[in-house]
Amino acid sequence: MKKNSTNDGAPRIGVYVCHCGLNIAGTVDCPKVSAEVSALENVVHARDIQYACSEPGQQAITKDIVELGLDRIVIASCSPRLHEPTFRQMLERAGLNAFVLEMANLREQCSWVHMKEPGEATAKAVDLVRMAVARASRLEPLQSRKISLNKRTLVIGGGIAGIQAALDLADNGYEVVLVEKSPSIGGNMARLDKTFPTMDCSI
Amino acid sequence: MTDAGRHPNIKLLTLSEIIDVKGYVGNFEVKILKKARYVSEKECTACGECARVCPVVRPDEFNSGLSSRRAIHSPFPQAVPAAYLININECLGHNPVVCAKCAEVCEKKCINFHMSDEEVVESVGAIVVATGVEAYDPTELDEYGYTRHENVLSSLEFERLVSAGGPSGGELIRPSDRKLPKSIGFVQCVGSRSARKGASYCSNICCMNTIKSTLVLKEHHPEIEIKVFYIDIRAFGKGFEDLYTKSRSLGVQFIRGLPGSVVESADKGLRVAVDNGASGKIVFHDLDMLVLAVGLKPAKTTKRLQEMLGLQLTPDGFFLEAHPKLLPVDAATRGIFFAGCAEGPKDIKDSVTQGSAASARVARLLHRGEMLSEPITAEVEAEKCKFCGRCVEVCPYGAISLDVKRKLPAAVNPAACAGCGTCAAECPFDAIVMNHFTDRQIMGQVENALTPAADKRVLVFACNWCSYAGADYAGVSRLQYPPSIRLVRTMCSGRVDESFIWEGFARGAPVILVSGCHIGDCHYIDANKWTVKRVEKIRKKMEKLGIRPERLRLEWVSAAEGIRFASLMGEMDRLRREVTPEEIAQTVRLLAKAPKENPEA
Repeated sequence: MKKNSTNDGAPRIGVYVCHCGLNIAGTVDCPKVSAEVSALENVVHARDIQYACSEPGQQAITKDIVELGLDRIVIASCSPRLHEPTFRQMLERAGLNAFVLEMANLREQCSWVHMKEPGEATAKAVDLVRMAVARASRLEPLQSRKISLNKRTLVIGGGIAGIQAALDLADNGYEVVLVEKSPSIGGNMARLDKTFPTMDCSI
Repeated sequence: MTDAGRHPNIKLLTLSEIIDVKGYVGNFEVKILKKARYVSEKECTACGECARVCPVVRPDEFNSGLSSRRAIHSPFPQAVPAAYLININECLGHNPVVCAKCAEVCEKKCINFHMSDEEVVESVGAIVVATGVEAYDPTELDEYGYTRHENVLSSLEFERLVSAGGPSGGELIRPSDRKLPKSIGFVQCVGSRSARKGASYCSNICCMNTIKSTLVLKEHHPEIEIKVFYIDIRAFGKGFEDLYTKSRSLGVQFIRGLPGSVVESADKGLRVAVDNGASGKIVFHDLDMLVLAVGLKPAKTTKRLQEMLGLQLTPDGFFLEAHPKLLPVDAATRGIFFAGCAEGPKDIKDSVTQGSAASARVARLLHRGEMLSEPITAEVEAEKCKFCGRCVEVCPYGAISLDVKRKLPAAVNPAACAGCGTCAAECPFDAIVMNHFTDRQIMGQVENALTPAADKRVLVFACNWCSYAGADYAGVSRLQYPPSIRLVRTMCSGRVDESFIWEGFARGAPVILVSGCHIGDCHYIDANKWTVKRVEKIRKKMEKLGIRPERLRLEWVSAAEGIRFASLMGEMDRLRREVTPEEIAQTVRLLAKAPKENPEA
């Protein structure tokens, strides 16, 4: 697919500045951020959005990708550690490679840590989005390859949690190696007389 | 337990420890040390004849030393596997002249003194860490007299004392005179919720465990006077409040306040002094027996396993999950999961829930037998490779191969490459591209982080797993720090190329911080050791050039250290203010003259 490869021409970047309710918008002036970055090189479209991760949010972005022919996406919202997988999937559904996404962390690393300095936070947000746009214009699509998985599982520890995990896996048809350092499984639980809330014996 | 021992799909290895783990998701190779049992697991019928003739008597660990066992013994009656074992350090030996009595009486001939430890290698696709907890040792809490007074017991000892399978056959007796105690006190939060000794966290199970014990006691001996000394009673689970109410309705006294001292009387009774919070007066309670409701602490094996598997710990020493709400049983490393108390203190129900959850997460990962690899891996540009072998040396995964003799350029095995990027940073010829974190991409971020007002900015490189997560944690905790911080994320601090630092200073950065996981906690085994060497090298070059090396800092911030991250940002901002515009201008001039890659040359 053409959109999956690097375009011959300049990148076509879409930027979405998420309000996250008031989590970001309570401190950062989101419309101002999107207005300022819309003039950046390669940015074809920039807007603020209520909840980028919500179904309507994702639909709006997907629609833009298709209609405007966007090939790089910058989401300025929460930490990529939270929603990067969400937006990567969204890109794939829209026909883009999952790796032409860049996130600017406006929540955990901006609005939430500069709550008393809205002006400074907004200026920083603009910088963070600029950094993300610079990175996005240089992103390349990446391809995953298949790796085979061994279906056996190692469970370390034969206490009640390890026993339960091992039994559930084994009952589901997976081979399990259950390793216990003491001479018997049972762990701390085996030493208890009665257990709450059922008041029955432990073994 | 017996189900797990018998299940055709479960290979049970007891007396075994993990000694090495290699590989990656779907393809782990685990080395296990299986210690000798000296009794054949298959043959032994647990008839017990051997133990009857064994002359060596030792305290029984399972009963907390309240009873005795022999050198050859079964851990406890319901043990799985049921086979006996010999503690070889206690055994008198296999020489018939010395002893070997057990071998003589064993009809099945399953005792073998020559059995030796063996190393087992297992290939697995996923790992569930369920290493559990240990009970807190109350010895250091001297005021409770645990080591001095015979009738002060830990809750685990008490548990054995009232167990039908315990040393007294379930008969409640006081250790000093073996008589039924008329009054028993329970002390809560022993080793928990204390800033002074033990742990600061709540151990989760002790309140309900004590309430359970009071109910068991009242059931058998309604006349016993029971007092529970506590800070708060935490009966939050389903059905828990009912048990608490029932305990109180049976006459158990719940007294707010922990004992300040425990004094033994002539008859071995205990006088417990408790500060009455309401009246402010010290109240004395005379009791026959005192039970310390000990808290839970991480298993001793936690630290070693954490290093072997490249996992992270919370500050209290338990394993850190990938996300506290959304991925509670996943480790940040793919293919590794947690179950039970390894992740934090929890009761049986929660441990079972997590065990099932972990198994479902494993099945979700493995059921197809294949998965898509993480494409964020390094790639060699073969024509630039000069066969120096530096990349092979620094790769923590042995994922790069190179044949100097046959002049075959370096090549990365993408399945083994975890994507730390250390090779790309270390390659002296720029022959390695770290996909998704290329030089060009990161330089673009650096440039924009320092434009337009570089002197007002602090450039920070943070690794994804620890420092970036620590920064996120500071945000989640709403810790405020100066807005001058501009953070660039890399997967590992090992990716931070020397050229990124020079680029930063050349563009007028007053100060630069490189941050990563603590040594020993690196998500990429030990890639951050190369970060240390690199930063030291750059600092030396800075000094030679006449740039203050203090302007480049290297700090470790873990995913749990939000507070540390925020205070470190404050410190970096103060450092930034100390750098004068003249100093910055001079640095920019110096670096403009020097070649980019190696400015001191």
